[in-house]
Amino acid sequence: MFLQILRIELFKIFKRPRTFISFGAIALIVLLVQFALKVNGKDFIQLYTDSQADTFDIPYEKIMNGYFVCVAVLHMILIHVPLLIALIAGDMVSGEANLGTLRLLAGKPVTRTQLIIAKFSASTVYVILLLVWMAVFALFGSLLLFGREDLVVFKENDMHIMKEYDVLWRFFVAFIYAALALTMIAAMALMFSVFSENSLGPIVATVCVVIVFTILQQLKVPVFEDTINPWSFTTHMLGWKGFFYVDKNVEGATIDGSIENPSALIRSGLILVGYIFLFLFISIRAFNKKDILS
Amino acid sequence: MSTVIQVKNLTKDFKEIKAVDNLSFTVEEGQVYGFLGQNGAGKSTTIRMLLTLIKPTEGEIEIFGLDLRKHRKEILQQVGAIIEKPDLYKYLTAYENIRIFSKLSGTKVPEKKLWEQLAMVGLTGREKGKVKTYSQGMKQRLGLACALIHDPKLIILDEPTNGLDPQGIADMRNMIIHLSKDLGKTLLVSSHLLSEMEMVADNMLIINKGKKVVEGKVSELLNPANTTIELITTNNKKTIEILQQSAWKESLSPQSNGSIRLEFNKSSIPEFNNYLVEKEIQVLSLRPLNSLEDYFLSQTKE
Repeated sequence: MFLQILRIELFKIFKRPRTFISFGAIALIVLLVQFALKVNGKDFIQLYTDSQADTFDIPYEKIMNGYFVCVAVLHMILIHVPLLIALIAGDMVSGEANLGTLRLLAGKPVTRTQLIIAKFSASTVYVILLLVWMAVFALFGSLLLFGREDLVVFKENDMHIMKEYDVLWRFFVAFIYAALALTMIAAMALMFSVFSENSLGPIVATVCVVIVFTILQQLKVPVFEDTINPWSFTTHMLGWKGFFYVDKNVEGATIDGSIENPSALIRSGLILVGYIFLFLFISIRAFNKKDILS
Repeated sequence: MSTVIQVKNLTKDFKEIKAVDNLSFTVEEGQVYGFLGQNGAGKSTTIRMLLTLIKPTEGEIEIFGLDLRKHRKEILQQVGAIIEKPDLYKYLTAYENIRIFSKLSGTKVPEKKLWEQLAMVGLTGREKGKVKTYSQGMKQRLGLACALIHDPKLIILDEPTNGLDPQGIADMRNMIIHLSKDLGKTLLVSSHLLSEMEMVADNMLIINKGKKVVEGKVSELLNPANTTIELITTNNKKTIEILQQSAWKESLSPQSNGSIRLEFNKSSIPEFNNYLVEKEIQVLSLRPLNSLEDYFLSQTKE
């Protein structure tokens, strides 16, 4: 029965034109960034290499390759994707309440827990498909437009260089990690959705929470750095970047296949999983207790 | 005849408000059970508790002899319902809607039955049209098709004629009669269209402010031995003076709208009529107040 409900939920998601706004928006943003980097790529790299430009001869053409462009695209858009996720997940229960179909669903011989898990699973499938779409445009599109080379990633004043053959798997796991982070956003939007009778409230609430915690994180003041930020989901959502920071040997050379801080990545991943379970638990509990009056 | 719904001491509080107050009633198999009450009387709240959309504060509900809390899934597999208005997925077609609800019903419904059901409610040719393009009547018929797709034994209809035109109301009435008389279904129907309920219901329950006012067979409730008569004459004032000298003076009750009401045994109506003729009272209207509407108003007035 659960698979039946999941299929129905997916059918409903992909029958609504609004679902495809996200796919269109991502395609457009990625294409715009690729166009900008194609035209002004050297200026973009110079932002990061200003301090080293006098010491080294920066090979701008080699750095500006498909992998580099894809990392740049992910940096720019992944922080904004929560809004696109909230548009769908925030509507999952409240949208049905608003439409009046929630009472039809809840009056059927399916448990409310099954309904919430099916709705969460459908949101997760949506997240994954959105990321696959993003991967197609951002990674494969960039490789087509800019070609392959070693990947150079800038981290504050440090530079991480990865061989061409050591890059693709990093994108693969980075996309999986991003899927985990965005699934957490979907779980949060779904939770807000359970408490609301209209779609706008949960969408706005999700976006507001993301903005507030992003600001707290960017402030970088001890009062938040020592208390909230280590546990804030926005801190851990950006963990995907860690797959592009490599470990180095004593001579300062990159160790192939390495990750600079794998334990921090595992910890971040576990915290995100914890948030998903917490939000899902609250959603199930609240939905089971809810009197459906709409 | 077995009991389909048995509600015992059902109560629902919404903070300070008691929406349903210690309500008990029984619906037998094959009945069309009318559920009447003014707006806010607690009808929809009761129906929502029967469908597990709302949790009762107190009381017990048994459907098909099973406790609703413990056997929710088995019970709801045998129940079809329309609650208030048939809200469906407007961005989907009629076929897609009925397909979704057939899959959620917990019963395997053959593909052919989906098309037959749509045809039964007169939607042939519009199956592939988006529901947002449908009229209210078409939505109501589609809602009914979705509620009946899994051939439930119990059908719960909450205000099924809301928003329908006279033809739609007549169609719904005929459908209720067909489901009950031809297919042997049990129906619980709430409505504020009392004349409609009078035509279809076998038994009825009137509730007011969440409490039971009266429950029984419609035929018995509407045809008691004593009945109220409303009399309007060309000179009501003079008629009252004459009737105050008559054998009916005890049951005389002048109304604020000028009419006169009397309560007496039905068998006395011809004698009363003769008396009026004898006294040369010119009668404009003489009618027994035994419609469901009159009965409802008499039972629910403060």
